[in-house]
Amino acid sequence: MTAMTAPSRTRGLLDGPGPSFGEHLAAHGPLPVVDPHTLVEEAGLLGRGGAGFPTAAKLRSVATAAAASRRAPVVVANGSEGEPAAAKDATLLVLAPHLVFDGLALVAGSLGATTAYLAADPALLPALSAHLADRRDPVGVRLHPVAQAFLSGEESALCAALDGRPALPRTKFPPVRERGVDGRPTLVLNVETLARLALIARGDDLAAASMLVTRRMEIGGTPWVDVVDVPLGTRVGDVLRLDEAQAVLIGGYAGTWVEAGRAAHLRLDRESLAPAGAALGAGVLAALPSDRCGLAETARVVGYLAGESAGQCGPCLNGLPRIAAALDLLARPGPAPSGLLRDVQRWSGLLPGRGACSHPDATVRLVASSLRVFSDELARHRAGRCHGRYGHPFLPVPRSPR
Amino acid sequence: MTGIVLWYLNRATGITSLVLMTLTVVLGTLVRRHGRIPGLPRFAVQGLHRNVGLLSALLLITHVGTAIVDSYVDIGVSSTFVPFVAGYRPFAVGLGTLAVDLLLLVLVTSLLRNHLPLRRWKAVHLTSYLLWPLAFVHGITAGTDLGGGWLLWLVLGCAVAATWASLAALATRRNTPPPGERAAAALTATSDALATGTPVGVFRNG
Amino acid sequence: MTRLTVDPIACTGHGLCAELLPEGITLDEWGYPLLARGELPRNLVRTARKVAAACPTRALRLRDDG
Repeated sequence: MTAMTAPSRTRGLLDGPGPSFGEHLAAHGPLPVVDPHTLVEEAGLLGRGGAGFPTAAKLRSVATAAAASRRAPVVVANGSEGEPAAAKDATLLVLAPHLVFDGLALVAGSLGATTAYLAADPALLPALSAHLADRRDPVGVRLHPVAQAFLSGEESALCAALDGRPALPRTKFPPVRERGVDGRPTLVLNVETLARLALIARGDDLAAASMLVTRRMEIGGTPWVDVVDVPLGTRVGDVLRLDEAQAVLIGGYAGTWVEAGRAAHLRLDRESLAPAGAALGAGVLAALPSDRCGLAETARVVGYLAGESAGQCGPCLNGLPRIAAALDLLARPGPAPSGLLRDVQRWSGLLPGRGACSHPDATVRLVASSLRVFSDELARHRAGRCHGRYGHPFLPVPRSPR
Repeated sequence: MTGIVLWYLNRATGITSLVLMTLTVVLGTLVRRHGRIPGLPRFAVQGLHRNVGLLSALLLITHVGTAIVDSYVDIGVSSTFVPFVAGYRPFAVGLGTLAVDLLLLVLVTSLLRNHLPLRRWKAVHLTSYLLWPLAFVHGITAGTDLGGGWLLWLVLGCAVAATWASLAALATRRNTPPPGERAAAALTATSDALATGTPVGVFRNG
Repeated sequence: MTRLTVDPIACTGHGLCAELLPEGITLDEWGYPLLARGELPRNLVRTARKVAAACPTRALRLRDDG
């Protein structure tokens, strides 16, 4: 076995011939024996779970915590994908599971972890179990089913679930990298991050420079949802069909709205998105068709997000339901109670940084962006009219209860 | 000190201790229920709970001490902590001993509250719900009979107060849904309130 | 730098802290604490320690990350 197998050309994450181990080896070659730390640092790999945290820093901090605590760390591949609008993790786990397992094996080996988990939708686990049976990793991967909840992929909630406790976020003192699963230092990485790591280990320098995007559009009135591997820095207008769209939801339900015209010119990287108040997030790009009411779509999503609050922190538990109810009223044509917008702004101001996780912060950002981007719609509603002609919802919202 | 003075002192501190312990329980459950005493700031409820508790513990020292010193009843030093070894009414006195043991645990863990894991402190503190009945039954069986006068009414009043407070605390606990159910309940309550025009209440996270 | 922090999961909005340290803590419209930003002034540290000890759920803590 050669130490390093360089592919002849860049292979996108989803370009493999098939998911089986044999097909995986044929496409990518065997997993080289390398230390991921330096590779990941040089490649500048950022996490693909939504926060975009540098993977090298995460690896380093868990390694430090493990050395300090003298307990063997735990590694977790996070395929929870609590984001209803996203499909990239599920797609990756179906099309290229062995890249994820390779990445997990690499980090487990480098950290000296003795336990490894892959957390995912229960529907995916039987196939994953079969794929695992073809492998001989030093640390066996335990598959863990996650409940379909928005916060199920939140790091501390996931670690609690792996410990058999309710999947609720915990306070960050201490963080999971110091005390996570079983009280041990825990590394949680998104499955896409791990898959990219597996490619970087094989000498694919460009693997860190692209991202999986879940596209949601309507083309000629027909819904279109797919997952594509897109180089970072690509113009949003080159990824989405925007000629029939009024606005783009960038990132996911923890993301923000941007007007279609402006969004078209934005590039998929931090430097371009940040001034527009957006971020890559979970990699969702949803082009809202022109015939929908953006406020009604947002109100449905925010109602869902409010119901997905863990209910553990006072500000979130009180603020989100009120904001959701207010948005419901604002989403209907007709005059809303006076001062409602002011109330929404006041409640929104009371939420950031006051919860155990960033759920309320993200929801408040989504709401603010919707009120800004759909301000014309707000005015129309006040006058008793609504732009939306099509009652069919565009953004998917799971039916409660969990 | 003559026997009769010791006996009176023992009875007096016992009764007062029971009253103060009842008040401590009532105040403790009031804190738990986010309750207020009209005209007093929030920290007063908690402060009174602690101070009244401490006072009742202090009175107990005299209560136990007089029982030991009084030669009329065969209650030795060991009876302070070891139950059912007294010569005089061993079972009744033993209940009191158990109450003292629990009170000591509650007291020490509360004084060291900031140095203990919260769960441990809470578990010990909840034994107060056992402590009070022990003290109460001890009170009505170890002492001479209550008669039909003010003492009986006082003791009954303490029983009613402690029972009511405990049930109120239990109800609060029952009425707080677990975290997973709170958000949905809050959403429903908010839309109901908006629909009927009533003010939306505060949703408690515990 | 000594800071006041609140564990938002443990905090159930008793509100004692705002009464005992109004210079550093106010309550929002739902009764939950709003902490003043930045470092705790040195002359308030001793009081803050006592206030943290008074929190019924031990949600209020003093953190030293200077």
